[in-house]
Amino acid sequence: MAKGKKYIIKIKEDYCKSCRLCYSRCPTNAITANPKNMKVQINDEDKCIGCLVCENICPDFAIEIFEAEDN
Amino acid sequence: MFNYDKYIRKDKFPHIWCSGCGNGIILKSSIRAIDKIGWDKNDVMTISGIGCSSRATGYLDFDSLHTLHGRALAFATGIKMAKPKMNVVVFTGDGDAGAIGGNHLIHAARRNIDITAVIFNNNIYGMTGGQYSPTTPQEFVATTAPYGHIENSFNFMELAIGAGASFAARTTVTNPKQVENFIHKGLENKGFSVIEVVSNCHVQFGRRNEMKSPIQMFDWIKERIIPMSKAEDMSEDELENKVITGVFKNIEKPEYVEEYDKNIMAKAEGE
Repeated sequence: MAKGKKYIIKIKEDYCKSCRLCYSRCPTNAITANPKNMKVQINDEDKCIGCLVCENICPDFAIEIFEAEDN
Repeated sequence: MFNYDKYIRKDKFPHIWCSGCGNGIILKSSIRAIDKIGWDKNDVMTISGIGCSSRATGYLDFDSLHTLHGRALAFATGIKMAKPKMNVVVFTGDGDAGAIGGNHLIHAARRNIDITAVIFNNNIYGMTGGQYSPTTPQEFVATTAPYGHIENSFNFMELAIGAGASFAARTTVTNPKQVENFIHKGLENKGFSVIEVVSNCHVQFGRRNEMKSPIQMFDWIKERIIPMSKAEDMSEDELENKVITGVFKNIEKPEYVEEYDKNIMAKAEGE
């Protein structure tokens, strides 16, 4: 993977059921828990390395990762 | 990075499954596998029986049938015979395929008809309230086994291979990429393919067995995984209550619909 690639994290909050699988697996803490309802929220988009672990593990179709167009 | 919108019925979302249920992961992996093989949406037919797993067809934007309990494979056999060009995918559960539909499973495998059966194995009857299923492991608690389960559990791989399936593979929801790969291989195979995906039910199974959260259940599944290459050197005692993952069988064999056309239809029309 080329260094400096940027990714866009898209979260569908109404689909999220706070199961905690995605952010417990994120290797870089790009996503984290919303302390209010334990739903997923973006912590730091720049940290995302595009590994797709969260997108593949999310059972609720709530996370999508896109490559930023300016790469 | 994958666009699921093309394949799902968005008006049915968010889906009915509990928070953290592995069924959603299997559904997504199946969508990616079908996309990878590149079939036209109108040539795919998804069929399911009854149970949590069988809700899957309702969320997929293919032609679909939600059928009687256990009879998904019987309906699928009918569709494949009537419309051999259709690619038939069956979504079924451990209770649906192993208990009430056990007979349909072995006979579909015996005929080697070109159907791909994805079995969501969550070790319990989740939808009806946590009764033990044919794959509940020994010593685990269910509502109908309050003192711990004593029966031996089903091994879907040995069952499918013994009955004559040409493709059999087992994987778990903790590895979505592998689920996608095995389903893709099963779809490619011309013949009966069984893909067992070990899933989690922390609500009905885990809650009664000290694994309340999906993360605990994922860890429990993960620590029991033994890849097939490793399992070959291990004794039976060591493999007890473990989940052996890998492709158990992948062979070429005469397929039922083709044989039927070649032998029976050709002769009947010739007369």
